[in-house]
Amino acid sequence: MGRYSWLSLLREGLGGHRGWGRAWRDAAPKPFYDAVIIGGGGHGLATAYYLAKNHGLTDIAVVEKGWIGGGNAGRNTTIIRSNYLYDESAAIYDHAMQLWKGLGRELNFNIMMSHRGVLNLAHDEGEMRQLKRRVEANRLNGVDAEWLDTREVKAFCPILDTSPDARYPVLGATLQRSGGVNRHDAVVWGYARAASALGVDILQNCEVTGLTVRDGRIEGVETSRGAIAAPKVASVTAGHTSVIAAMAGIPVPIESHPLQALVSEPIKPITPCVVMSNAVHAYCSQSDKGELVIGAGIDPLISYTQRGGFHIVEEEIAALLELFPIFSRLKLMRHWAGIVDVCPDASPILSKTPVTGFYINGGWGTGGWKATPGSGHVFADLIARDEPNAIAAPFSLARFETGKLVAEHGAAAVAH
Amino acid sequence: MLLIPCPYCGARDQTEFGYGGEAHRARPTDSDRMSDAQWAHYVFMRKNTKGVFAERWVHAAGCRKWFNALRNTATDEILAVYRMGEPPPGGFTDGLPTPAGEPAIGSGNDGSTVALGAFDPGAGGDRP
Repeated sequence: MGRYSWLSLLREGLGGHRGWGRAWRDAAPKPFYDAVIIGGGGHGLATAYYLAKNHGLTDIAVVEKGWIGGGNAGRNTTIIRSNYLYDESAAIYDHAMQLWKGLGRELNFNIMMSHRGVLNLAHDEGEMRQLKRRVEANRLNGVDAEWLDTREVKAFCPILDTSPDARYPVLGATLQRSGGVNRHDAVVWGYARAASALGVDILQNCEVTGLTVRDGRIEGVETSRGAIAAPKVASVTAGHTSVIAAMAGIPVPIESHPLQALVSEPIKPITPCVVMSNAVHAYCSQSDKGELVIGAGIDPLISYTQRGGFHIVEEEIAALLELFPIFSRLKLMRHWAGIVDVCPDASPILSKTPVTGFYINGGWGTGGWKATPGSGHVFADLIARDEPNAIAAPFSLARFETGKLVAEHGAAAVAH
Repeated sequence: MLLIPCPYCGARDQTEFGYGGEAHRARPTDSDRMSDAQWAHYVFMRKNTKGVFAERWVHAAGCRKWFNALRNTATDEILAVYRMGEPPPGGFTDGLPTPAGEPAIGSGNDGSTVALGAFDPGAGGDRP
């Protein structure tokens, strides 16, 4: 597997792009691995990559029901930020942020990381006070954050409607300059390619149909491509976390909901940053292709169907047009939903379980993408050492018994 | 968007309803003797079933009454509605080939529909 460089690009460009070869091996399942990761999304592949790179555990399989990056990794709005209120959240999301900064170079794959800045708008005095508090909390945790007044917001994102007679006037905003967007497919493929090069087997169309547990210890997985034995099994399956956990008889505090997103027709560059608003509840950025990428809140009902209600789309668009009346004539091109696994405290689960050797990484709810490298990094550490490190420890399943929740609902911005 | 058959008013648009989550969760009567783990199980743990799921709805913009529904969360098909306090009617199957799999029709996931062979683009029929 050759290294990508400007030289290889030049060579292939002159040669008609016929010699690139596969980016990663399409492996066949072996009967035994040191560890099996269930779920070939961003978090699962990142976990496998860091297990191989940092912990020398290379005899690993990543088993994926469909194709890698075809679940929530391919369905999110790729917003990156780490401006969470509480110390525990700031630690893990900013750990991810620091890894994002060098990830393209590390993986030798252009993840199209764009640190273009994320605005979180305040529309009333209460929200303004709460967001200013968040800026100060972020600074204490070393997370870059600043407060912009209305004029500064207008200068940073000129197409925003900041007029005082707007239905929801913009009174100011927090800005995280290191926040931004990247390319979801590239992140998934970058991790897959780097993990595969280290010896990790990526098994697509390999659905887990059961977990083998004996005497409280995991012994392997049953899959659609045969049984695989492993002393360590980790579930990184986002919306299906409850389904996988149930196979081991482990109750989890998760509810799965559809979360919808939309893209518009492509237009010339007009939105210079990511704009998020809790009060009107919409978030928006512009992709490098020129499409507006638009998201909002979850559908309220529990569902595993990858679609949502049109009334949610209507609310989403109404909210967007409050902020950007200039978009009112735009046509929408695509619309889809992913299944998000929401915890009662809107914080993830990175945890050992009552079954020895079985680990759960899930419950990221509506905001998992931004955490991808940090999540994989600390989860690999947890699997390798069988102990959570300081960043992962607050996100154990046990917090629902002790009551030490990391209650980020609202505090972190409802919109993710 | 769902068309929800309120047991009191008949079929109405989903926008008239509020969602109440998992049904049949009785508050424990001996909470003073429960362990933290048991209490956590009642407060936080949820079935989150993929398949036939009993849930609560309230007809908020209609009769304002609460009721229960059985819905297949893998297809969003509403199988039955019944009144609060009644046990869920039985006899429904989820149609899932595997615990995490997708049913032949109604998953909202066309990729799986094609993979399962339920949709043949060459047959000229309507998409399921």
